[in-house]
Amino acid sequence: MSTISIRRYASENGALAGLLVLAVVIAVMQPAFLTAQNLLNVGVQAAVIAIMAFGMTFVVVAGGIDLSVGSIAALAAMVGALTAGPLGLVVGALCGLVNGALISYGKLPPFIATLAMLSVARGLTLVFSEGQPHETDALVTFLGSNLAPSLPLPLLLMLAFFGVTGLILTRTNLGRRMYAIGGNEEAAKLSGIDVRRQKLWIYALSGLFAAAAGLVLAGRLGSAGPQAAVGYELDAIAAVVIGGASLSGGVGRATGTLVGALVLAVLRNGLNLLQVPPFWQQVVIGAVIALAALLDSLRRR
Amino acid sequence: MTTLITARGITKHFGTTKALDGVDLDINTGEVHVLLGENGAGKSTLVKVLAGIHGHDAGTIEGKASLAVIHQELALVPELSVAENLFLNRLPRRFGFVDRAEMRRRAPELLERVGLGVDPNAKVKDLGIAQQQMIEIARALDKNAGVLILDEPTAVLTDTETDRLLEIMAQLRDNGVGLVFITHHLDEIQRIADRITVLRDGRSVGVLGPRATTQHMIELMVGRPIDEQYPRAAQRPGQPLLRLENFTRRGVFRDINIEVHAGEVVGIAGLVGAGRTEVARAAFGVDDYDYGTVEVDGKRLPRNDVQAAIKAGLGLVPEDRKGQGLVLTATVGQNLELATLANRDQKRLHDIAGKLRIKGRVEQPVKELSGGNQQKVVIGKWLLADPKVLILDEPTRGVDVGAKVEIYELINRMTAQGRGVLLVSSDLPEVIGMSDRVVVMAHGRVAGELPKGATQDQVMALAVQEISA
Repeated sequence: MSTISIRRYASENGALAGLLVLAVVIAVMQPAFLTAQNLLNVGVQAAVIAIMAFGMTFVVVAGGIDLSVGSIAALAAMVGALTAGPLGLVVGALCGLVNGALISYGKLPPFIATLAMLSVARGLTLVFSEGQPHETDALVTFLGSNLAPSLPLPLLLMLAFFGVTGLILTRTNLGRRMYAIGGNEEAAKLSGIDVRRQKLWIYALSGLFAAAAGLVLAGRLGSAGPQAAVGYELDAIAAVVIGGASLSGGVGRATGTLVGALVLAVLRNGLNLLQVPPFWQQVVIGAVIALAALLDSLRRR
Repeated sequence: MTTLITARGITKHFGTTKALDGVDLDINTGEVHVLLGENGAGKSTLVKVLAGIHGHDAGTIEGKASLAVIHQELALVPELSVAENLFLNRLPRRFGFVDRAEMRRRAPELLERVGLGVDPNAKVKDLGIAQQQMIEIARALDKNAGVLILDEPTAVLTDTETDRLLEIMAQLRDNGVGLVFITHHLDEIQRIADRITVLRDGRSVGVLGPRATTQHMIELMVGRPIDEQYPRAAQRPGQPLLRLENFTRRGVFRDINIEVHAGEVVGIAGLVGAGRTEVARAAFGVDDYDYGTVEVDGKRLPRNDVQAAIKAGLGLVPEDRKGQGLVLTATVGQNLELATLANRDQKRLHDIAGKLRIKGRVEQPVKELSGGNQQKVVIGKWLLADPKVLILDEPTRGVDVGAKVEIYELINRMTAQGRGVLLVSSDLPEVIGMSDRVVVMAHGRVAGELPKGATQDQVMALAVQEISA
């Protein structure tokens, strides 16, 4: 590859370049970062946010936002722990459908509709759990386990969801319509796309992905907690944005989101390895998000 | 007459492309200087260089007159009042607070200068686009701009509004303001221009006087002789494909009866606000209506159902290309496949792009294309859906002369294939020249129908008719 094409590749994949720089810097400062075990850990740590963020990518590409994914994840995990895992997925998708219905037919702004769901789903989690954590059953626990000593299932699930997301975005009508709706809703409507029905599915998908993320999280911990995944929606949004998606819609890719989620996980892991105090970690992560967005906006000019 | 601004040999590169190549331009007091050229000829770049938004690579700009540009996209704050917009960024202040009394005192004077009788306390969003434009002009005058550059201001105006704007421009000219006027409407140029600089491919290819003929202007602009501006090749009409019967939406349009036959172009003329776009949208199922029927090829369409309309064989190229026709964040190909997502086939996309002579690759972002090529993409989207009848709402608005003729030829090709076309247009020569029949609407009703060969006067006489309800 010539220098020019390397440069172009890097500028079109700003997030990926950032991830590599970040990894190199951390590896130089703390060689333990590069051990196989640690890298697998990073993957596992990234999995929950990544799966959630893939669902968020659909919503953001379609020009919306979903603030309820953290709460939906907790509710789905709790329902899964109290009954059975698959039921958690159903509940998550249903919550997403309600979001979609409020937005499509109730004409609420996505911010408001999903903000309401954030509260409702969290509240229901507390109601069902009576404020107590509940152990997960074998099926859900299996989701968080290792298939083989160096083959963590969350990592594989993340890759599977990554593949599905890429397929949906690039190879299905629903995916192509997401770009159309987010790019110009009016033009989509006038081209015969049933925007309202599409939005139902888009938010249902986001809810479903959030539920899956919640089950993976619960599986890893072996229990579903009433306060699980609080604030995860913000990490998911950050991953999508670091990945180069535009919050005004019409732009975004599965690869970008995966890289975005990995950036967050590598950063957390690196800061831990470097023994940065947790309070400062938050400051650094916030700064990195701002920096990523800043670089992206500079690149687009 | 004194020269306010002298630009010599202006050259500007964007990467490897030469956007401007040694352009000379004089702006004089008391003169309307028209910049004419196809989209991409360098008019906007020249304006931006003059305004200091872009730097230039070679050449000199001399002159001390301050300069204001009125862009097509207006720079007003919709939620603020007229007065606040007039003094935006330099609100009169007293004791550190906004001095409303002073604002109210000065605003009417300014509005007077552009002949605008609106309440200074009205919110800008409640005004029409023409009035908003006047507010911008008034604001520029208050900043003592000696030179006023108007970048396609009439593209969004009705005929009466355009007349009014040209009047104001003439007035400003008589008061010694130097005006630079960009427009695609050659008739406007003939009415107001004192001097015309024609640009082509970044070069100034001629400076014409006020008596230049349209033929001369077009040939300079395109760089080759144009045989015919409206090359309509009429077909023998076949069976009715689109039929609107007693089509009514209360307070918007009433008792509309229109038929479009196979192979036929039916024009809808009328003033803005006559209800033409509303009829088109309701027929296509975007908006609801109260009674009446829409039939496509003998099949009655359900109301408010765009999918059903498309399935029955109807298509609509909406009036606002960027706002309603295109997904600007997407590529040419993605826009082409928008109406036919279920039937995705890269080969067909390339075929249609080639047939329509879209200048631009299928993988290219659609926002990089010129207005004319963008419009061809919107039309191409519908051709892929293979409609029986296509409704074109202002299909050549903001499109340059060369691309206009190509769009007319597309219309000919569609009717030759037995499709019907309903052509809604505010451009009188176009709607007369390209239609086989012209339906004239006024106040939401059909005021009359004119056969091929009608004159502009006949159309206008119907369009301004007061119809008693």
